[in-house]
Parts: sequence; structure tokens; C-alpha cells
Amino acid sequence: MGTRKAKHGWILTIIFTIISLLYVYPIVLVFINSFKKKAYISKFPFKIPTDNMFVGLENYIRGIEQTGLIEAFGWSVFITVFSVAAIILCCSMCAWYISRVQTKVTKTIYVLCLFAMVVPFQMEMYTLSKISNMLKLGNPWGIVVIYLGFGAGLSVFMFTGFMRSIPLEIEEAAMIDGCTPIQTFFRIVMPISKPTCITVVILQAMWIWNDYLLPSLVLDQRKYKTIPMAVQYLKGGYGSVDMGAMMGTLVLAIVPIIIFYLFCQRYIIEGVVAGAVKG
Amino acid sequence: MQKAIKKYFPIFVLPTMIAFVIGFIAPFLLGIYLSFCKFTTVTDAEFIGLENYLKTLDDPEFIHSLWYTALFTITTVIIINVLAFAVALLLTKGIRGTNIFRTVFFMPNLIGGIVLGYVWQLLLNGILANFDRTLTYSEWFGFWGLVILVCWQQVGYMMIIYISGIQNIPGELIEAAKIDGASPSQILRNVTIPMVMPSITICTFLTLTNGFKLFDQNLALTNGAPSRMSELLAMNIYTTFYGRAGWEGVGQAKAVEFFILVSVIALIQNRLTRSKEVQQ
Repeated sequence: MGTRKAKHGWILTIIFTIISLLYVYPIVLVFINSFKKKAYISKFPFKIPTDNMFVGLENYIRGIEQTGLIEAFGWSVFITVFSVAAIILCCSMCAWYISRVQTKVTKTIYVLCLFAMVVPFQMEMYTLSKISNMLKLGNPWGIVVIYLGFGAGLSVFMFTGFMRSIPLEIEEAAMIDGCTPIQTFFRIVMPISKPTCITVVILQAMWIWNDYLLPSLVLDQRKYKTIPMAVQYLKGGYGSVDMGAMMGTLVLAIVPIIIFYLFCQRYIIEGVVAGAVKG
Repeated sequence: MQKAIKKYFPIFVLPTMIAFVIGFIAPFLLGIYLSFCKFTTVTDAEFIGLENYLKTLDDPEFIHSLWYTALFTITTVIIINVLAFAVALLLTKGIRGTNIFRTVFFMPNLIGGIVLGYVWQLLLNGILANFDRTLTYSEWFGFWGLVILVCWQQVGYMMIIYISGIQNIPGELIEAAKIDGASPSQILRNVTIPMVMPSITICTFLTLTNGFKLFDQNLALTNGAPSRMSELLAMNIYTTFYGRAGWEGVGQAKAVEFFILVSVIALIQNRLTRSKEVQQ
């Protein structure tokens, strides 16, 4: 494909450069406004902050103080890392079992996982928040269990799809050489499944990191907040929104993701493509 | 080998299953049951048959959000897929800077709906201020604001999927069409589009379900204002649960109807586009 050069390539390059600049403009605008005095933000959102509008880092400091953003960042990292780790470990094991053992039970599990992918969260949200309350899962450890249950549908489905394509001979050879199923799984199956692992990690991490509704219903909001909850808290917690603090918080919520994205974009884009093709 | 693995059920399957039951199956079944009940908490549920379902049909805000969502979803599915496909075609021509453009267009997908909602609120309200309007001036301001936001966010995602679909078309196929004297538009219509049909299936499916399930962006951008007229379905269900005391059962009935609607649409869509796919 690369050899097929467009005739007027440079015109397209210029057009796309302009579109790209427009594309990042909303985020740049928030960045510019985060240095403005809060009274000027809604009135003059398109002005560059000059002398009397400029407030330095004040908005950031207020944003962090009002939302507890640093802590929220910590909880977001905690919940995302442990939930994704649990999903990868448990769902890959489950998927290997149901792709190797053919019984009515395993077939049912597989069908239920397919089914779970269609059900919208609104169907579950009320009862889930009550159940998690009863089982005392309203803390960052408990929510890991819920994310494992909720992410199981897609993850088991994707792992099963891949593991069915692994030739059985490799595993049989390992078992004949004396490996237990657990050793076979961790030494043979897991290393082969690495590409699927990456795909599942990316899809689930994108979902869990940005999820607002589930943690806001399940977590005890006085003690634990995730980043989306912290942002929304600025709106809900005060009568009129402090636009300055809002701008500062938004920038702080966006910057880590963009840095992460620039480092891992190849994996992220490949993961999305692979996920879409299988899903 | 099956036999050897079989007894490891508790180690391999049980952890996932326990979480799956807690996080998915139990809330689902309880939700179905509660949709036939009157309750304020789970423990005081009282069976009342179909009353909740009848109430949902009597709720003008629910009916409004139903067609508002349908209109929103149709609009976004068309705009996102047409734009994403067009951009994907142009970005597979090997022009300079392709990788940078792809990176930029995909970026909004990594940022959460709540954050994006507030980002766009600033920009759109800033523009509308010149005309003495805000996003909450009428339901249609909110509607188009949400359409713009969602398109901006999702075009990049679908573009990535279309690009991979286009790149998977065997080069010989296009060469052969050219030698036979096909024009670029004929190639597009008779070779490219049929060959990327699987991508079209996936992307229409994703944009359809995303449109129907949209919540975060709606909450952050307009919060349903003015007077709940810009509420999409997911948000209408949310406000029924948490905004109106005594309506929990009706909220649950709406949720069941929502679930059935999403499943039926997903099934129909899958049938329709899959039948147009060609075997390679």
C-alpha cells in the first residue's frame, strides 16, 4: 500500500494538518483557560490570559484541593491496575478451561459470557449497587471483584477465541513430559497468548480508567473517588461551578492519559483493531 | 488431557465464576424480578405484576427520551461511519504525516466521557455566547452539541478499524480492477466497500450500541437541561432511579425494556450487515 503514492499528496497533508490542529483545539482551549481568573473563563473563553486575567497555577491548586485529585488519581491507578490484573489472570484461566473441557457447564459459561456483552449497564446498576452494599464491596478491593465479574464477558470470549486456535499437541507434549495443568497453563499457554493479553489489557484499562457510573454507585464517595468522580464532584458539590478549578482539574485529568498514549500508542491502536476484529 | 484438566475446575474457573455471579448474573436476575415489584429497597419488594411496565408507557419524559435517543443514534451512526470511512480512505494513500494524523484523531477515545463533556461545554458555550445562547437553550442545542462531541470522539476509533480493513484488501484485487479499466469510483463501489464489509459490520454495531448506551457525555454536557428535555435513554433511567422516590420499580422496568431494545437492535443489525459480507 505504501508504494501507491497519491498524486496530490501534499494538498491532503496540508488539509489534514489543519484538521488535526482543529481537532486538538478543544483541549488546548481548556489548557489556556486553566491559567485565567475564574470570573473571566465563561465570559472570554477565547482570549489569551494576559496581565490581569492571568492567575498562574492558582486554578490547579484550587482544583486539587476541592476534589482531592491526587488521592483520586491514586485510587484510579489502584482500581485500574488490580482490576485489569485480576481480569487477565482469572479470565485467561477460565477461558483455557472452557476451551479444553467440553461439558454442558463450560458451554453454558461461554454462552453466558456472550450474553453479558450485550446487556447494558442500566439493567444492572440499581441491583448491583444494592448487592455490593450488602456484600460490603463498596471499597477499592471490592470493586475489583465487580470489575472482574463485569469484564469477564468480553475477556473470556476473546481469550477463548484465541485459545481454541492453539494446537493441542503442544500442551499434550508438555503434559506427557510431566507438567500439571497449572504448569502447562503458565509455562506454555500464557506465553503464547501474549498478544491477546495485550488486547484485553488495553480494552479493559480504557474502560475502567474512564468509567464513571459504576464506581460512583458502588464506592463509598466520602472515602474513595476516582478521577471521573472527582471531576463530576466539582459540578455536584457546589451550587455554581468554580470554572477555574474545573479547568485546572480537567487539564490534570487529561495530561497523564496523553503522556501514556504517546508512549504506548502502537500497542493501543493494535489492541483496538484486534479487539474489534474478534468482538 | 481433558480428564487431567477437568478436576482443576475450582482453580481455573471458580474465581471468575464467583465474580461473574456477583457482578453480573445476580444483579441481572434480581433486576428482572424487581421490575415486577414495588420497592424502595431490595428487602421490601412486593410483587405487583405489570404495573411498572404500564407506568413506563405513561411517562411522557420516557417516551420523549426514547425517540430523542433513536434520532441521536441514527444521526451519529451515519456521520461517524461516513467520516471515519472517508478519512480512512484518504489516510491509506500513503501521504506524508499519516501516522501523526492517525494518532491525533484517535486521541479523544482515551479521555473519559465526563472530562470530554466539560471540555466541549466550555468551547460550545463560548461560541454560543456570541449569539446570546447556551447549550441548554433548547433540547436541539444540546442534541447537536452532543452529536458534535460524540463524532469528534468516535471518528478516530472507527477510522482505525476501517484503516485495518482497507489495508487487508489484497493489492492484486485492486490492480486487477485497474487493468480491467475500472474508474476510482467503480473500484470504491465494487471492490473496496464489499471487501471492508466486515469492518462496516463492526463499526455500525459499535456506534449503534455506543449511541444507545451514551450516558457520561450527556451528564456532563447538558445534564438533561432544559427541564430534562435533552435526556437520552440511559440518563432517563438513571434519573428515574435516583431522582424520583418511589419510582425505583418503574426505573427497573425501563431498564428491562432498554435491555430488550438494545439486544433486538444488535441482533437485527448483525443479520443485516453480515448478509452483505463476501467470502474472501
